[in-house]
Amino acid sequence: MSRNDPFSQNIDLLTVALYIGCVMMGWFNVYAAVYSPEAETSLFDLSTNAGKQLMWIGTTVILVICVLAIHHKFYDSFAYVFYGFMILMLLLVLVFGANINGSRSWFKFGGFQIQPAEFAKVATSLALAKFLDVPGMNINRRNNLLTIAGIIVLPALLIIASNETGSTLVFAAFVIMLYREGLPGWIPATGVALAMLFVLALVFPKLYIFFGLVACTGAFILLMPRYNRNPRTFMSMGVVIAGMMVFVTGVDFFVNNVLQRHQQNRIKVLVNPNIDPLGVGWNVTQAKIAIGSGRLQGKGFLEGTQTKFDFVPEQSTDFIFCTIGEEHGFLGSAVVIALFLGLLSRIVILAEKQRSKFTRVYGYCVAGILFFHFMVNIGMTIGLMPVIGIPLPFFSYGGSSLWSFSILLFIFLKLDSRRIGSMAWG
Amino acid sequence: MLENRKYIIIGVFCLVGLIYLSRLFYLQILDDSYSLESSNNSIKRVIEVPYRGQIYDRNSELIVYNTPVYDLYVTPRQVRIPDTTAFCQMMDLTRPEFDSIMQFAKDYSYVKPSLFMRQLSKEDFARIQDALVDYRGFEPRMSSMRTYPAHTMANALGYVSEIGKKKLENQEFPYYRQGDYIGHNGLEEQYEEELRGKRGVKFVMQNVRGVAKGSFKNGEYDTMAVAGKNLYTGIDVEVQKYADSLMQNRIGSVIAVEPSTGEILVSVSAPTYDPNLLSSRHFSKNYIKLIRDPYKPLINRPIMASYRPGSTFKLIQALIAQQQGSLFTNTFYGHSGSPMRCHCRGGNNLRGAVQNSCNPYFYNVFRKYIYHNNNPNTFKASAIGLHQWHDAVVKFGMGQKLGVDLPSELKGNLPDVETYDRIYRGENRWKFSNIYSLSIGEGELLVNPLKLVNLAATIANRGWYITPHYLKGFGRVGQGVPQQYLEKHQTDIDYKFYLPVIEGMRMAVVAGTVNKMADIPGIDLCGKTGTAQNSKFSHKYDHSIFIGFAPMNNPKIAIAVFVEYGGWGGSAAAPVAALIAERYLKRKTEATKLDEHVKKQRLMPPVSMLPGYKGPKVLPVKPRKADSIRKDTTRKVEKIKPLMAANR
Repeated sequence: MSRNDPFSQNIDLLTVALYIGCVMMGWFNVYAAVYSPEAETSLFDLSTNAGKQLMWIGTTVILVICVLAIHHKFYDSFAYVFYGFMILMLLLVLVFGANINGSRSWFKFGGFQIQPAEFAKVATSLALAKFLDVPGMNINRRNNLLTIAGIIVLPALLIIASNETGSTLVFAAFVIMLYREGLPGWIPATGVALAMLFVLALVFPKLYIFFGLVACTGAFILLMPRYNRNPRTFMSMGVVIAGMMVFVTGVDFFVNNVLQRHQQNRIKVLVNPNIDPLGVGWNVTQAKIAIGSGRLQGKGFLEGTQTKFDFVPEQSTDFIFCTIGEEHGFLGSAVVIALFLGLLSRIVILAEKQRSKFTRVYGYCVAGILFFHFMVNIGMTIGLMPVIGIPLPFFSYGGSSLWSFSILLFIFLKLDSRRIGSMAWG
Repeated sequence: MLENRKYIIIGVFCLVGLIYLSRLFYLQILDDSYSLESSNNSIKRVIEVPYRGQIYDRNSELIVYNTPVYDLYVTPRQVRIPDTTAFCQMMDLTRPEFDSIMQFAKDYSYVKPSLFMRQLSKEDFARIQDALVDYRGFEPRMSSMRTYPAHTMANALGYVSEIGKKKLENQEFPYYRQGDYIGHNGLEEQYEEELRGKRGVKFVMQNVRGVAKGSFKNGEYDTMAVAGKNLYTGIDVEVQKYADSLMQNRIGSVIAVEPSTGEILVSVSAPTYDPNLLSSRHFSKNYIKLIRDPYKPLINRPIMASYRPGSTFKLIQALIAQQQGSLFTNTFYGHSGSPMRCHCRGGNNLRGAVQNSCNPYFYNVFRKYIYHNNNPNTFKASAIGLHQWHDAVVKFGMGQKLGVDLPSELKGNLPDVETYDRIYRGENRWKFSNIYSLSIGEGELLVNPLKLVNLAATIANRGWYITPHYLKGFGRVGQGVPQQYLEKHQTDIDYKFYLPVIEGMRMAVVAGTVNKMADIPGIDLCGKTGTAQNSKFSHKYDHSIFIGFAPMNNPKIAIAVFVEYGGWGGSAAAPVAALIAERYLKRKTEATKLDEHVKKQRLMPPVSMLPGYKGPKVLPVKPRKADSIRKDTTRKVEKIKPLMAANR
């Protein structure tokens, strides 16, 4: 029957087109990032990152076909099995993984490396979707909330144990899905507020922030309707303000005593980029110079000067956006941002159309993860986020990340194709 | 209701997108400080390596300085060599060597310069400078090379060479890059951060052809190179070189400190090597030769060799027993009742026991010490006694790192109650009779020469020591010396208890275990001999030890000399110490006869006797040459076959 034929399904073609756009642009930019005019390597040279990326793209196509060919019920029924298997892999990698730069997160088979942490996002998304796909599920019940937190935190802890802080932070992206599923809005809002307070505490003297907080409270009380001004409100406001002050005071302790040296530096550079221009600030300064030198139209494909050689480190992986900014200028960068916004919005719109709660929850997970990567990765190259080593989905060089993002997206498209199919059927 | 949240979510996505777009708009279009003058310009990072600090001795004489040399870099893409054979000949390379260097460079990068040849001397460079014009793609860069005008102290100084792979990867804060120099071992490693200074970085704009077009952003991001600090040490190079000459043909070490400051005056590890060997461009060849040498010249023996202290340890026994109240100046012990034999006749009081290094005496002293408590159970009493003993001996710095300013100092070993509980598998299963060999510095005790010179300095100071150290100051004398090298460590033994011991030590030199010629007039040497057993060769090749200080009152120098396979302490080690003390105190050598005698001695054991020797078994054919000096004082030790005859 045609239902299981991957090529005659109701796959959302707009998403596929956006996806292909991203992957192709990524490939060309990986080529540009490692291209050197003297060596004149080919786009297909398997000894360069560009050639290898083509190989990864080829294998990804095969994977995508497999993902589409599998029956959609499979993802639903086996969600917990995937999750359990993933946890097992994360445990095994801690023991048997190859030690690369002090982090044990890669399995090495000959010249071939694979990072289970990348795939943990897919498995966790499926497990969350499965758990929430129960009629009458109220995620604000304490037991349910605890289970959800457990599903998210368990792989996150294992990844942190293998010293991949960046990949761990991605698990915060599930907040977007939870918010959609009924998590009270104040929780993500508090998270964002605390993050902002964290940065403010590093930039401004503590005393200013205390005064600012007190001033805000005063303004808030003045604007409050008179009938609300009772001792209870004041009490709770006092508690909130005190909590914030304690938080602000604790920031320094956290940065200096809890974080590792390189993490401290990344945060300090975010606050003051000139702190160490040839050490830690080097990456960020060079990234900004590369992007800034692109001007409106960019220097043209393969014409970039800053992203060649050692000016920008990790040019083809985490800092791939610099190549885009330099060679394609503001217009090119805007296109990339537009591509991502289009893709993200499309996923959200598709997710909302679902009748199956499983698919909807999963869709929001996909959107959240892609959004988080997009926000952090581009943010760090333009100096708005600390340097956290996570890839730009579909663009960055690397097999594990391309595979995992493609699987993540196409499982959603497969689940989504059932929506139209079953409607036409029933 | 919840469905409407999708608008908020999409709104957040778009908000972030919008923020990023405006940031990009600012970076790429409004703010042209991030753009370069022309889109074809790029910035180049130029590193300035500062001069490494020089090292001086206590009289401001140079021990280590830098000689300017040239490193030759190659950029494979630009290389044009009309005649490779001629080029190789000029560079003194074989064709395969040349090919492998070029391949290495190409593997690294076609367009970035790689090191082609390191450390061409000024003369070599002058020779090829003109010819280089014909060969494109080669670029000389100024660099510097460590030079050691005194040709001494190789082990204590360490050496400077390219950073190893492991160190490069394990940097806590990335500073070194591939090919950078770093100090290895010795003072070069210990004070690496101070000596190396701080690299400077300049950002230079250049066009596509690599022609410099001025500094980037007016040098806002540039940092100046900070030159390394000069290191002043307490070493006395003249005496050091003299000590080197005395230790020729021997394995062992000499270490001397100034008791009042703890500054190390002499630090010899024999056999040694010329430190210049490890700074030239023939580093790898020389290094391999040294590491394969069976006499192990790369081991810094004063801190890295372990020996039993032998009879020198009796000094500590005498001091702590007096403090405990179990030994008095006039305490007299005969030879009976002890399992140890002795060479001296009759019995001794404390002074005489130190003078003659009487084994039975110290057997009794230690026995009294261990049982100096009221516990009727001998097992329990031994544990209590040994515990007290351990706590008292620890104050002399035994069984722990003293904290000298060199890497890889050994801890040594000082047994405690737990040690013997472990050996005898349980508490109260051992007593004095199991541990009595500690009384004369044998058994489980292990020390390095540094600990014994510290003991000599402690006795010279009558009760305290300052941790021995090389550093005398950074930049100038007295500057930047850490607190740990200024504070006194007390031994908690009363001043008065040192006096009989010191008198005994003086007597040992005048008329005791020490070779009489070592009593050089005018220096008032006090000392104690020791012999660390080397039973593998039936005591004929024991290690000879001498520790001492001079002059007796207001001592200026404390010395420890170890001569491996040197026989008993009075013969091989003591004369060396005496000559060094004389040279330091008088600035000249008057005991020329002793000097000649010492320099004539050949105490280098054949390779087949060294530990770890794996070749065919060759028994030492002839024992050490019995020379005239030995006849003077030896009382035919060989005839007696006692348990521990060699301890004197």
